[in-house]
This record gives sequence, structure tokens and C-alpha cells, in this order.
Amino acid sequence: MTAYIVRRLFATLPVMAVVALFVFFLLRFAPGDPAAIIAGEDATAEAIAAVRAKLGLDRPMVEQFFVWMLQLAQGDMGVSIFSNLAVTRLISQRLEPTVALTLSTLFVAVALSIPIGVLAAWKARKLVDRLVMGFAVLGFAMPGFVLAYILIYFFAVQWQLLPVQGYRPIAEGLWPFVECLILPSVALGVTYMALIARITRASMLEVLAQDYIRTANAKGLATDRVLLLHALKNAAVPIITVIGIGIALLISGVVITETVFNIPGLGRLTVDAVLKRDYPVVQGLILVFAAAKVLVNLIIDISYAFLDPRIRY
Amino acid sequence: MLKHILAGAVALVVPFTAAQAQEKVLRAVMHADVRVIDPIWTTQTIASIHGMLIYDTLFGNDADLKPQPQMVGKYEISPDKLTYTFTLRDGLKFHDGSPVTTKDVIASLKRWGAKDGVGIRLFSYVTKLEAVDDKTFKMILKEPYGMVLESLGKSGSSVAIIMREQEALTDPQQQVKEAIGSGPFKFAKDLWVPGSKAIYLKNKDYVPRPGNEPPSSFAGSKIPGVDRIELVWISDPQTAMSALVNGEIDFYEAPNNDFLPILAKAKGVKLMMTGKIDSTQGMIRLNHLHPPFDNVKARQAMYHLINQEDFLRAIVGNPEFYRVCHGLLTCGGPYENTGGSALMKEYNPKKAAQLMKEAGYKGEPITVLFTTDHNTITPATQVLVQAMREAGLNVDAQSMDWGAVVSRRAKKEPPAQGGWNIFVTTTGGVGASNPVLHTWIGAACDKGLFGWPCDPEIEKLRNAFAFAQTDEERKKIATDLQTRAMEQVVYIPFGQWNTPLAFRADKIDGVVPNTGLAVLWGITKK
Amino acid sequence: MTAITDDLVLPPRRFSLATAIRRNPTIAFGAVLLAALIIVGVFAPYIAYSDPFKIAPVNRLKPPSERWWFGTDQFGRDIFSRTVYGARVSLIVGLSVALFSSAVGLALGLLCGYFRKVDGIVMRIMDGLMAIPSILLAIALITLTRPSLGIVILAIVIPEVPRIVRVVRAVVLSIRSQPYIESAIAGGTKNTKLLLRHVLPNTLAPLIVQSTYVCASAMLIEASLSFLGAGVPPEVPSWGNIIAQGRTFFQIAPWTILIPGIFLAITVLAVNLLGDGLRDRLDPRLARRL
Repeated sequence: MTAYIVRRLFATLPVMAVVALFVFFLLRFAPGDPAAIIAGEDATAEAIAAVRAKLGLDRPMVEQFFVWMLQLAQGDMGVSIFSNLAVTRLISQRLEPTVALTLSTLFVAVALSIPIGVLAAWKARKLVDRLVMGFAVLGFAMPGFVLAYILIYFFAVQWQLLPVQGYRPIAEGLWPFVECLILPSVALGVTYMALIARITRASMLEVLAQDYIRTANAKGLATDRVLLLHALKNAAVPIITVIGIGIALLISGVVITETVFNIPGLGRLTVDAVLKRDYPVVQGLILVFAAAKVLVNLIIDISYAFLDPRIRY
Repeated sequence: MLKHILAGAVALVVPFTAAQAQEKVLRAVMHADVRVIDPIWTTQTIASIHGMLIYDTLFGNDADLKPQPQMVGKYEISPDKLTYTFTLRDGLKFHDGSPVTTKDVIASLKRWGAKDGVGIRLFSYVTKLEAVDDKTFKMILKEPYGMVLESLGKSGSSVAIIMREQEALTDPQQQVKEAIGSGPFKFAKDLWVPGSKAIYLKNKDYVPRPGNEPPSSFAGSKIPGVDRIELVWISDPQTAMSALVNGEIDFYEAPNNDFLPILAKAKGVKLMMTGKIDSTQGMIRLNHLHPPFDNVKARQAMYHLINQEDFLRAIVGNPEFYRVCHGLLTCGGPYENTGGSALMKEYNPKKAAQLMKEAGYKGEPITVLFTTDHNTITPATQVLVQAMREAGLNVDAQSMDWGAVVSRRAKKEPPAQGGWNIFVTTTGGVGASNPVLHTWIGAACDKGLFGWPCDPEIEKLRNAFAFAQTDEERKKIATDLQTRAMEQVVYIPFGQWNTPLAFRADKIDGVVPNTGLAVLWGITKK
Repeated sequence: MTAITDDLVLPPRRFSLATAIRRNPTIAFGAVLLAALIIVGVFAPYIAYSDPFKIAPVNRLKPPSERWWFGTDQFGRDIFSRTVYGARVSLIVGLSVALFSSAVGLALGLLCGYFRKVDGIVMRIMDGLMAIPSILLAIALITLTRPSLGIVILAIVIPEVPRIVRVVRAVVLSIRSQPYIESAIAGGTKNTKLLLRHVLPNTLAPLIVQSTYVCASAMLIEASLSFLGAGVPPEVPSWGNIIAQGRTFFQIAPWTILIPGIFLAITVLAVNLLGDGLRDRLDPRLARRL
């Protein structure tokens, strides 16, 4: 198993290299010049050129790339062009909100959709099934920010039950932390409900038709025990797969949610950095996201080995 | 790297576990987030707002735009108006405890004078800046420039802040590394999350101007009213408004115009119009370097396409908050005049098209830089493009975000090679009320601002203004200047508007209508 | 003799639409909805009663009424006309993305699944692309050149391709290992013939199903990109753009968001239903149980 893990980790290096190259050159070819943005609204052309030179942005691109690679090898992701703060500091400042949001969304999504999927599988092809699945897809069909605004309008503005925006670190207390995350997690989680519910339903159906389930039924075990114990465990593999895919999709959704709810997380940091052409920050962030994705994939592959004895490495 | 992560984690946890129940905190949402902390290095307005919290200035212009001493205790102007002697007040100290001396002041002024447009203009008349002792210094001019104090106290970016000598010696093309000033608040750099929030702590050792002078824009005694100011950035205007209504924030500098009715009705929220001439002026900037607008007749043709009401309605909506102003100097300001405004009185798109043709326009594409993400410039550009298209002009609207516009407008190449013909922007009403401070009315050819209008007559008039001795003289020069500038079409104004700021009157007090940049130091929390 | 043969000839099966609909309600529902929306998009100039681009600031943010069926936006533009034209843009985005990503994904998937050597390199690149969150990739690509419909489509296609490549590749791999293919290769049959005659047809079913999901996802991504300010140019009426530009006014003029939002949701729903129905029908394992 250890050998497998090590082998997989090595295999990620070329992937990361592709990502790094792609992102670096993509940014450099983009129009829009961080120097001009920094220099401000009334700066003259000469002032902008001077800023560019000082930032090293007028060196040949290949040279800039190697400088960056060298920095990375020393664990230094560079500094933001705008704030002069280390990229690692910017990322670590914003890690907690994004991780908190992602985990709570995952929790909401899974907690809602697995029971829905199981219910739909149990009453397959009946009205309940259709309704429940339709409802789940509706959550997926609406753009995330529309739902977010609707939720804010009712729960925060009209009924004043929850805060409109912001994020409180868990160090400030458990309830403030939770109450700020409720609306965003629901707004984002509902989007993934459909995906997870659908796969749960499909794989449950498949498992339920298997011979050994029919045997268990014939033996007289109660229906719900049968479902939960045997079926769910065997249906776990595709469900975990889709949760893994969901985590990747979550990052995209997190960007929107962080913007609407004003959560100072990595998603917003990336969008701001891209729009302001803050190259070092964007490069560093994309590497971090790629690494996270790769890590998640690895964890999922390992959990397969535990869940399904047929899969062995 | 690990060190950074740990430091970040600790920084997040520690201040919040400290007893902050008794702390008075002002939570303010400004029009942009604090990204760059060197107000001299950048002309961004938000950087100067940040700057005014943590730094102090020699003078500060009050609500009537008259300079009042701040750091300066007394000053003398020689009868020939060539020598200014300034003496600093007692007790001025930087946040690290070191005293403010003339060494720091002179180095800071030099840095400002090398980078800021108004400062550069002032320093072109300065022959010598020398310290007499630790508290007194002299500024010697070669000509009796009349705008010395106004420039030093100006309430628009970049403000003439005083830094420690070691920071002031930093090359003006580079950012300073530390944010240490002598102002009423200190910058908590460790707690700064760029793009999210910037934190300022009360400077208990700050010595405000004696006599408890009431605050008036940048003048008056600056007494820090709260223990802590948090400049929070909420990018979504609706979320910001809801946060104010819910009480999650106390002060909202620039609420979106359409939310004003909701805010007016919300419990505990008060709207306050800012100072008399504080406003925003819309500008359509034409590129004088390339056809068709290298021909003054083509530029003048464009006047007939602009119906200011259309623009103002699209941007602001409510007529209560805007006014039509057919001039370049701020309407309602001390130098408002009607010079040249006859050129804008006739809205007639057909005539515009015809005049363009007479000026030699044959239907070539006119490149308009179309900002997609700015809440006033975007609608203004849309109105402009539609007006041009309706007149039959061939518009090539290139959509890009504001960052890309800012880069592209600096290019002097022909439009087809990465340049431009038209872009739309705005400027602050306070700066635009004064011919010298209004940088966009200049016509210094290559050395000027984007669009590069070229007319020595305009520059001569601007200079003459600075040396005028009487107010009558100044008003006449302003009229001549505006007439000339309108004839040359340095830019086309599309209207003037001013929207109130919003705050929780049930939570804070002491909000001063600013004339120029927002003033936060006098605000107290109930 | 003839009689026996006659008896053994089964009468021709008549295709009955009613039966088809009854047997596959999901496909029918999805297809009809989608077709209706496509018709709206195609005939937009005839259905819309005013110019979707025309600005009239004097009419801004008016609620739905007899004159403006869906109300107006902050520029005074009629939302009904914009929504109807928006069907065009959003559907073009959805369908083009589905088409292009399927084409590219199919080609790459076939190559990867079939030829070992190509597989290694291409899959690494696909993994690399998949590692970057799609919305960030799209924003980065869009800021590469000026925003336009074509660039937006390209920016959404690129992150979707790896997903399709995976699906196609999985099918190809499983078929390739079948004994009859192995023996055909051993027997000297040309690769192209095998690919086209035997492998390709089997990939079509999952490909079609996957591409419907890609279509739905593309439309939603386009809305998100517009929300973040990196979508099609602002004057172009796409549902995403209308919603994004109207979002600031949600509390004072909710029709600007809700109406195009409902249209978008219905379209996504329709496409999803189509995909679900097709998958249930075409997947042999599940078809048995239906």
C-alpha cells in the first residue's frame, strides 16, 4: 500500500508541471498590465513603464519562468505585485474560510442527498421517486447565485434569522462560526444535491437487483436493515467517486458563494487576483488548487481499497 | 513557508480571543479595498484614504478648500512670496516613538514632489528646501507660485503625507515596505487581509491640533474617535447594503444609487450628502493623436451627440443626485463659469454625423474601450456607444475589464495597433473645481494625461491662474481657460453627480461631510 | 413451403409515437421542452416585440406590465425581448460546447483508449487540465483576449474535454480487451476499420448522454462567468448576462433575475431530463430493469 501511495505521488509531478507551465504562460500572454493597475487612475505612461521595470515584468518571459521555478524549489511562492505580501501568507490567511465552507457544504449536500437517493431507489419509478429526483435537479438547475440571493433576502433581510454576510473564524466562538456558514452551505450544497442523489439512486438500484440482496430478502431480513447494511456499503464506491468529483466542482461553486456572501476565502482571492493580473498570486493559487485536487483523488483511491476488497493495488 | 502559515494562524486566533467586548470598533465599507499601502506610489483614491488615517500632513484643506495648518504650528510667507518658513508643532511622533523632524518632512515632500502631478508642478518652482533646525524649515521659490499651501493640503490623491525619512528615501517608483506614520491611527499590518479587510488601531500618543477645532474636511483637530477602524471590503453592492441595514457594518461610503430609497427607509440608517463640491464628474476622453479626433472639428462634432440627461439617468437614476453641467470646472464650485458651454447646448445627432463627415470622417471604425465591470463607467459607455451608433458612426466597441482599460489607455499607438480612440472615465469634483488641481483639463501634449491634448495656450492659462493675485483675476482666467479647453475639446463632460454616504446613525456619531476624500478619524461609536 | 415461410415472416412493426412516449416519458418531456426553447431562440426576431439592445434610461427598472411583459432592466431595456434573444445565446453556448467538447473528446478518447503510447502523454495533460478548477481556467482564458461569444465557448470547452475523454476512453479500453478485437488485430485487420466499425458505435451512447450533461453545465458556467464579470460582452443578451447585471437590483427589481433565471433553470432541467432518459434507455444494464 505504501509503495502504491509513493508511486501515485510521483506520478503527480508531471501533472503539476503541466499545470504550472500552462498557468504561467497563459497569464503572461493576457492583455492587461498589473503595472498600469497599480500605478492608479491618473498615472502617466512613463510612470507605468517605471513600475513595470521595477516589478521585473519587462524581462523575457522564459527568464521570468525560470526565476519562478527557482523560487518554488525553495518553498517561496513570491510576493503579490500589489500588496507586497508573501503569497504563502495570503493563501494561509484565507485557507480557513474556504476549507470551512467546503466541508460544511459537503456535509449539507451529503446529509441531504444520500437519504434522498436511497428513498428514490427504494420507491423506484413511483411518483415519490420522480418528485424527489425532480426536486434535486431543480436545485442543480438554478445558477448558484440566484438561490443565494433568494436565501439572503428571506432569511437575513426579511426574517433576520441569520447574518447577511461575512465569516467568523471558529476561534471567535462556535455559534458565530456556524451561523455565518449556514446560508452559504445551503446555497452551494443544494447545487450538488442532484449529482450525489442521482448517483446514490443509480448505484443503489444496481445493488438492490443483485442476487445476494434478493437472498437476504428471501431469508426474511427486514427491508430497511437490508438496504442500509448491505446495499449502501456496496454502493459506496461510485458514491465516493462522485463526492470526489463534487469536491472539484465545489471549488468552482465556492468562488461564486464567497463573492455573494463576502467570505474572505481562496476563491475570491483567485478571482480578484486574475482580474487585477496579480500574476504571482494566481500562479501560486492554481498550484495549490491542483495539489489539493490531486490529494483528494489519492484519498479517494485509497478509500476504494478499504471499501471494496475486490480492488487491490 | 511553514513560518508564514503558523504566523497566519496565530494572527487569526490571537486578537479575537483578546477581550474586545469593550472595544469600540468602526466597521466601514469603502468604494474599493486597501490593496496598496503607499499613497505616493499609486494614485488610487483608497490608498490615500488609508494614508490619511495613519499619516499626517503639513496642511489640510477644509470644507471651503482653504488650507489650514495641521502638523505646522506657525508659518510665515515673505513679502515677495518667495520664501515660506514652516515650524512644526510640538509633540509630533511617529508610531515607533521617534519624533518627527524636518529631515523626515523634507524627504517626504521630495518624494511626493517627484511623483504626484500637483507636487511635480509645485516643485518645478522650488529652488531649495532646507532645514533650519529640527522643527523649522524653509521652502524657497523662484517665482511667487500662489498654490503652495493648497497643494500641500490637498484632499485628493496623492495626499502630501509625511513619512519617516528612511521610508521617504525609497525610490518613488517602488512601494515603501513599512506603513509607519504619525497620524491618529496605526496600521495593523499583521492583521491585514488584502481584498478583505484592513485594520487601524487608535494611536494613543497622537497629539491633535490644540483648541479642539471642529473637523472640517482635512482641517481641524483630528481626534481618533474609536479604538479600532476596520475597513471591510464587500464587493457585492447588494450584500453591502443588506449588511448595513442589518447592522453588520456601520458606514458605507458609496452605496449604489438604486439602493438609496431602501436605505432612506431603513431603520437606524441615515444618508448624508458629502461636502458642497464633493462630486463626481464624468469625462469622455478623445484621443487627440490619431484620426478622426486629431481634427478639432471632428472632436467638436461629438458635442452634439451628448445628452447629459441620458447619461445621468442611466448612471444615477434619481435627479435629486445629479446635475447637468456643461463645463469642465465643477458646477457649484468657486470657479464655475459658462465659458465654452454654448458648444454643448445643441443635442443633434444628425448634425453630429454631418459635422464628422465634413471633418473628413469616412466611416472608419472608431475604437471605444468598453469597460465591463465598473458601476458608473460601464453604463456611461453603453449610453455613449448607443448614441454614436444611432448617429450612424462606425463604433468598434472593445469590451474589457477596467484593469485592461487602464493599461490600454496608456498606449499611444494607433487604434488598430493596440491604441484607442475613446475611453470613458470619471474624476473627483473637488480636484476638478480648481484649474491647477484639475489635471485632466491640462493640454501638455506628450507629457499630459491619456488623450494627450496639445495646446500651449491652455497651459499658459493654468500657470497664470497659479500666479494670479486677486480672486477677480482668478475667475477671469478660469473663464478663459474653460472656453479654450472646451473649444479644443480636452474632454467631453457628461454630467456631474453626487450620491450620499450611508451610516448607522443609531451606532455612530461625528460623521463629517467630506470635501474630497472620506474622513473617518472623528467618528465615535455610541 | 411458401405458406410456412409466410407464417414465419413477422408482420412489420409499426412505429407508434404514443407508445414511444409512454415507454420513455423522461426523454419525451425533455425533448419537447428543449425543442420549444430552441424554437423560441430561432424565431426570436419574430417573437420579441422590441430591440433587445435599445437603451432608454428614462424607463429603467419598471415592473412587468402590459407595455413591458417582463419589465425593464437598469438601462430601460425590455427584459422580455432580451430573454427571448437570450435563448439564442445561451442555447448556442450550451449546444456548441457540447458539440465541440464531444468531437474533441471523442477523438482523443478513441486515440487514448486504443493506442497505448498516446495514452500516457495525453492523459497526463488531461489530468493537468482537470486539476485546475474549471471556472478559474475559464476566467484566465477569457482575460487572454477580448471577451466574445467564441472565446467564452472555447473557455468552457477546454475544461469539459477531459471529462468526455475519460468516458470515451473507459469504453474503448473495455472493448479493446474483448477477445474478438484481440483476434481481429492478430488477424491483421486495419486499425481504422476496427475503430470505426466496432469501437466507435459503442462509444456513442455514453457520449451522447455525457454531452447532454455538458450542455447543461455549460449554460450554468456561462451564467457564473457573467456574474464574475468574465462572460460575453455586457450588451449581448444571454440569460447569464441578464441575471448577472440585474443581480444588484434583486431587492428592488427581482424580475430582472427571476425571469431569466426560471428560463435558464427550465432549459437546464430539460437537457438533464433528456440525458437521464437517454441514459436509462441506452444503458443495457439499467434497461433490463425498466
